[in-house]
Amino acid sequence: MKRALPAFWLVAILTVPLWLHDQYILHILITTGIFIIAAMSLNLLLGYTGQLSLGHVAFFGIGAYASALTTLGFDVELLPGFRVVHQPRPAIVGFFVGMLVAGLSGYMIGRLSFKVRGAYFVIVTISFAEVTRLVALNWVELTQGPLALTNIPPYTLGLPGLGYYTLWSKVAYYYLVVAVGLVAYVVISRLVGSRVGRAMIALKENETLASSVGIDVTRYLVLAAVVSAALAGGAGSLYAHYLKIIDPDIFLFIYTVTMVIMVITGGKGTLAGPIVGGIIFGFLPVIVRPIAAPAVQWILYGALMIVIVFILPTGIVPAVERWLAKWTQSRHKASQVALAGNSKPGERL
Amino acid sequence: MDQFLQHLVNAVILGGTYALLGIGLTLIFGIMRVVNFTHGELYAFGAYTVYLVAAALGLDFFLGLAVAVIAGALLGALIEITLLRPLRSTDIDVVMLVMIGAWIVMQNTELLVWGGVAKAIVTPFPDAPLVIGPVSVSWLRVFVLVVALLLIVASYVLIHRTKLGKAMRATFQDRDTAALMGVNIRGVYTATFALGSALAAAAGALLGPVFLVTPTMGDLASLKAFAIVILGGLGNITGATIGGFILALVEEIGAGYISSGYRDAMGFLIIIVVLLFKPTGLFARAERVG
Repeated sequence: MKRALPAFWLVAILTVPLWLHDQYILHILITTGIFIIAAMSLNLLLGYTGQLSLGHVAFFGIGAYASALTTLGFDVELLPGFRVVHQPRPAIVGFFVGMLVAGLSGYMIGRLSFKVRGAYFVIVTISFAEVTRLVALNWVELTQGPLALTNIPPYTLGLPGLGYYTLWSKVAYYYLVVAVGLVAYVVISRLVGSRVGRAMIALKENETLASSVGIDVTRYLVLAAVVSAALAGGAGSLYAHYLKIIDPDIFLFIYTVTMVIMVITGGKGTLAGPIVGGIIFGFLPVIVRPIAAPAVQWILYGALMIVIVFILPTGIVPAVERWLAKWTQSRHKASQVALAGNSKPGERL
Repeated sequence: MDQFLQHLVNAVILGGTYALLGIGLTLIFGIMRVVNFTHGELYAFGAYTVYLVAAALGLDFFLGLAVAVIAGALLGALIEITLLRPLRSTDIDVVMLVMIGAWIVMQNTELLVWGGVAKAIVTPFPDAPLVIGPVSVSWLRVFVLVVALLLIVASYVLIHRTKLGKAMRATFQDRDTAALMGVNIRGVYTATFALGSALAAAAGALLGPVFLVTPTMGDLASLKAFAIVILGGLGNITGATIGGFILALVEEIGAGYISSGYRDAMGFLIIIVVLLFKPTGLFARAERVG
């Protein structure tokens, strides 16, 4: 049963394009999937190391811009007389450059901001995101500013000997997002299940104690920030090449808030949490849009966020897990009573 | 040089309202340990209240200012009682999430009520500016500075010369001991949040007529207030006052001599630099409010 469940979900996810032909719903699934990847990466920081990073959209946006610029090429005068010219490269190169640049900025921000904790950390991360937005808006020579980067080409995947395949269709993008999401899921679950992950959780629970038993707190925090930023950058690249256009609004604080809501609703510090929260908040707009103005939608989000923090502070997934545990326990007890007569000592039920 | 003088004067005028914003936030931050994301929304609320009274209803502009400050205090008290009081003993991150939720609700309520189009507030001040030598300032801006300074002085008096102020300072120093000595902590928290909110609303009411009133005006105001608080040190009112003027000066100089597009980035660069080199703020961390 325990093994069958993930397989069931996997099959369900993989067969979606076979029975779902509504292009709009497919589009929502793709953007939701991209935001779920971003939320999963945020969860690594927020849920596992306990650092409330409110600048996460910066990594998402940096990944998007780095990837788009790598693909489109640019010609920028950095200093008077010193030009940097970059020829267009394949989109798939952009994807990895996006992850790399986002990961590097995660490293830098991690080194800087993990000197401070709590409220200060939150404010540094917000400030960082806001600075990146202003740079994207004002460095017109590189980013086109508010005119946006347009005509970002889709990815072309190639296997030697098998030819090349360009992802023009939504179905192809859907599978790409699922594949990247699976990789991100495996990376995160491996990481948090490893020694590194236990160190992260230890320093979330009690940082002083963790450092006193020899855990290099800053090193693990920076590591988490780098992995998290790189994954968010990858999600940003997917977003840019899927929509084919990005503008500085990608850095808006509201996107960070969306990711945060997804994580805390689903359950921070759980692997399934960002996915559950992501699906809820990915599809909530689709349900609400026909009946409410965008402002009303956002009011609903904000209110929902408050309500969830009040009534389900740990999120949906842990609540369901607790409920399931209780349920199986009581069933277990019942079966134990029934079998008590004919079970041999030491035999496991 | 003339241009520099003009920038300096602009900075002082802007700095007064920034200081109001900063004092309000640093009080809440220092006494209640709450990262108040709704601060900027109270700023916007103040501006919209003036617009409502002075422009939409056609009543007196100065009445609008007074209504904005009082309504800001009441709204702040309401937020404190409904959202913060039940969460007093939970950790700071949970409170932050609730405040982000409240911020989204408030901003979009403004958008819903007033629409996305920027509003201008007409004031009774003459259009011709006050000219002193090479510097020219509009009368409205002079008025804004005077009121801001008056409010700053009033906050000082409230905190240093009144019984409520003493209770606030005691709570900041040691909440439990203050409670044991008979200080009504709940009341102090509500009063602190109401006072901070009133100051934010006052800043918005003053700057609203200088610039334009938009539903998203609160975002930058919140972030700038954070910058000022960090600059001045947590809970340090004098620090927040000076921090407000420093931020305004840096913005004004940055916009004048570097690039106006990066004007709003200056505050964030300040935050990052200050936290790198002196995380407790430029002015050594105050052990008590004041």
